Amino acid sequence: MTGKSRDDPGGTGPPPFESALERHGPRVHSWLVARVGPDRAEDVFQETMLAALRSWHRAESGSVRSWLFTIARNKAIDEVRSAGRRPAPEGEVDSWPSAAVADGIEDPVWDEVRGLPEKQKAAVTLRFRGGLTHREIGTVMGISEAAARRNVFEGLRALRERMDDE
Amino acid sequence: MSELERRIGGEMPGGWDGIREDLLRRASDEALIDLAYERHESPFGDLLVVAGEEGIVRIALGAEPEEVVLRDLARRASPRIARTGRTPIAVARSQLDAYFEGDLREFDLPLDWRLTRGFRREVLRETAAIPYGATASYAEMADRAGSPRAVRAAGTALATNPLPIVVPCHRVLRSDGKVGSYLGGTSMKESLLRLERERAGT
Repeated sequence: MTGKSRDDPGGTGPPPFESALERHGPRVHSWLVARVGPDRAEDVFQETMLAALRSWHRAESGSVRSWLFTIARNKAIDEVRSAGRRPAPEGEVDSWPSAAVADGIEDPVWDEVRGLPEKQKAAVTLRFRGGLTHREIGTVMGISEAAARRNVFEGLRALRERMDDE
Repeated sequence: MSELERRIGGEMPGGWDGIREDLLRRASDEALIDLAYERHESPFGDLLVVAGEEGIVRIALGAEPEEVVLRDLARRASPRIARTGRTPIAVARSQLDAYFEGDLREFDLPLDWRLTRGFRREVLRETAAIPYGATASYAEMADRAGSPRAVRAAGTALATNPLPIVVPCHRVLRSDGKVGSYLGGTSMKESLLRLERERAGT
């Protein structure tokens, strides 16, 4: 490994797929576990990375992490939609897995996270489960960096209040 | 990071190796991986053996950091590169083991020359023809490649050999008899020459 920063902002053009997979793959998968549940996370992860590979010529070293999470988020929404067509427990398109589905995410904090508004939920999980910066979260969610920061902040505040009430 | 933030982050889910393996199998089936590579343990440190569909594209010696090799390949060949198995790599690895043991004199591998062209490729093709246990000078290689006066260019071709060991640039020495430089270090070059001298006589 060289001393270059992990996303190498100076680099242009696509990075080696292997480097991106090892650096970002586990986090993308971990975020998907929260987003679609552990049972579906692996399939959605595979779909995400295969789609990325098909367009890898468009990857940029400096922004590959937010690009991968953007694809993951879209694939997760597709997955939830197609699951919604089946007789699913959740009616709402953007719904996240219920506690029963998300077996394996055992920390009670997740019951509270699921109760957050959609944008805060996405921002908080992208920040702490995905490890993204506020700027990257903004890119993934299609909002400004400031709005991303606000969603993380408000999400955390709401979680703290709820946890204190227990 | 606060306790709450840490709890949201949670534990990393297990099973990454299996997930990675499944992904690369599917990607290979869909022909989405242009270059595959594996790390190969050798008496001279870990080598990287890189293959395309057609054959071996690159062998990197231990002195070359993996990340640097991958970035160079991404730029010059294809960024769709992943650490996974492929038939030519398996064949190359077993031949490399046999070579280091002194049990193999000639590699029989499909080589993909895409990383070198023009005069440099000519020099390397001629280098591939130097027999086991024999040596040649940089001047001789320039001559055999068709440009007797391009000795320095021949030296550059050998110094940037993408397929060391298999294309035996270690068999090319300075005209004054000194071993000359080697990407894997002078002592590796000397060891390879010694091994070949000993085995060539038997």
